[in-house]
Amino acid sequence: MTPSSEYNFAYLDEQTKRMIRRAILKGLAIPGYQVPFASREMPMPYGWGTGGVQVSAAVLTPDDRFKVIDQGADDTTNAVSIRTFFERTAGVAITTATTEATVIQTRHRIPEVPLTEGQILVYQVPIPEPLRFLEPRESETRKMHSLEEYGLMHVKLYEDISRHGHIATSYAYPVTVEARYVMDPSPIPKFDNPKLGDCPAIQLFGAGREQRIYALPPYTQVVSLDFEDHPFEASKADHPCGLCGAEDSYLDEVIVDDAGGRMFVCSDTDYCEGRQAAGHRGKDAA
Amino acid sequence: MTPLLSVQGITKRYGAHIGCADVSFDLYPGEVMGIVGESGSGKSTLLNCMAGHLRPDAGSVVFDTRGHGPRDTVTMSEPERRMLGRTDWAFVHQHARDGLRMGVSAGGNVGERLMAVGARHYGDIRDKAVDWLERVEIDASRVDDRPTTFSGGMQQRLQIARNLVTGPRLVFMDEPTGGLDVSVQARLLDLLRGLVRDMGLSAIIVTHDLAVVRLLADRLMVMKDGHVVENGLTDQVLDDPQHAYTQLLVSSVLQV
Repeated sequence: MTPSSEYNFAYLDEQTKRMIRRAILKGLAIPGYQVPFASREMPMPYGWGTGGVQVSAAVLTPDDRFKVIDQGADDTTNAVSIRTFFERTAGVAITTATTEATVIQTRHRIPEVPLTEGQILVYQVPIPEPLRFLEPRESETRKMHSLEEYGLMHVKLYEDISRHGHIATSYAYPVTVEARYVMDPSPIPKFDNPKLGDCPAIQLFGAGREQRIYALPPYTQVVSLDFEDHPFEASKADHPCGLCGAEDSYLDEVIVDDAGGRMFVCSDTDYCEGRQAAGHRGKDAA
Repeated sequence: MTPLLSVQGITKRYGAHIGCADVSFDLYPGEVMGIVGESGSGKSTLLNCMAGHLRPDAGSVVFDTRGHGPRDTVTMSEPERRMLGRTDWAFVHQHARDGLRMGVSAGGNVGERLMAVGARHYGDIRDKAVDWLERVEIDASRVDDRPTTFSGGMQQRLQIARNLVTGPRLVFMDEPTGGLDVSVQARLLDLLRGLVRDMGLSAIIVTHDLAVVRLLADRLMVMKDGHVVENGLTDQVLDDPQHAYTQLLVSSVLQV
């Protein structure tokens, strides 16, 4: 697709990108700290990834190769439209292969293939404040962050155990960054939490409606919160992938008929297709 | 003996209006001080100034901290003051709803202060929560219920358990029995008296109920229009009031 000349490179004007880059740099300098930024109106509704799109726009260069995933998939509406958006407004190369991409915008997943140095992973974040549902006042949560008062976060986990017998929080599982800030990793499954820490790629988090950017520089220490007698556990459905047979990837449960039939497939479509192309077959593969 | 809390010349103004003016006293370990007075006399303002919720315009509140001896809590840094607020101090609100997290189970409410000071073992936190619920006469089977399902008296007792679980040395109470019916009040007072004696707590109790101070307080301060008009031993002040206002206050208690 030819890029439209009606727009500045990557849609946003240069001053806005500069402002966002400042916020990103500050976020990288203070891992896990939520940096306020002047979020712009984007040509899409809040909740569809306006934060991620603005961060992507600020970090993209004409030489980049861009990939967008939504719940791991490259072919859902949200992923396709954001990918097309930057294809049109920035004219950057696009790909669905995790290994080839230099910038990956994601919603709710981290790719299965380990990321490498030089890659940037951009998360779309709905609610950046991990303490929000426990403490509604923004003035108070800011104070709690600045004074490192995170006891309340464990109250949430305590409630989980007392009600369900185990820590039932399965996504947006809170983490401590470099033994300082408690951070919401966006609604990724807790299966992905171990991938956040010690990652060679830069991880950027953008929340458009809430006007916050935060970041994890490469090789940051990230620890999931837990109790001594209820340690953190990265969980997934206990099945192999129905299409590629992978046993180590995060799975989606898909209902396939009205008779209760179901199959489990990799949520990371690129990973699954790559394995199938390499000859791996699951039990449901046609 | 070093006083646990030494208040000197606390003054708080709201514009031209006086909240409380030039209040000074010492509180010694194990002592319970009552503050009485009518609505608007500055009792709650004084309590909030001492507990660090309000910043007084003048005066000092020197607390004998565990680690560093007597420190002025008005000038100490906010993190230190908040740390005191969840370790050595406790604050019991008049309305249990102000002091509890209504969306969190009773056990979580009691455990919050423990987790805030670093407890990270679920089993231990829960055992302590159950132990404290029993100490305030709440059945251990209610540990996973939310306070919204509790009666007013139970909520108040839960609030007390939540505050005392970290073993504070000084408890601020703002009308702890307000809004409870008399029989529930009596049981709560009995419980409070037991806890204060057993744990050797010092307490400052603000109330307009003279029966509460008669039962709980060793010493009494009477406030009117922001000023302390009389203070002394509780029985002495109540049985032989000297100031005209105290006389009025004592004589206006209904005799049944």
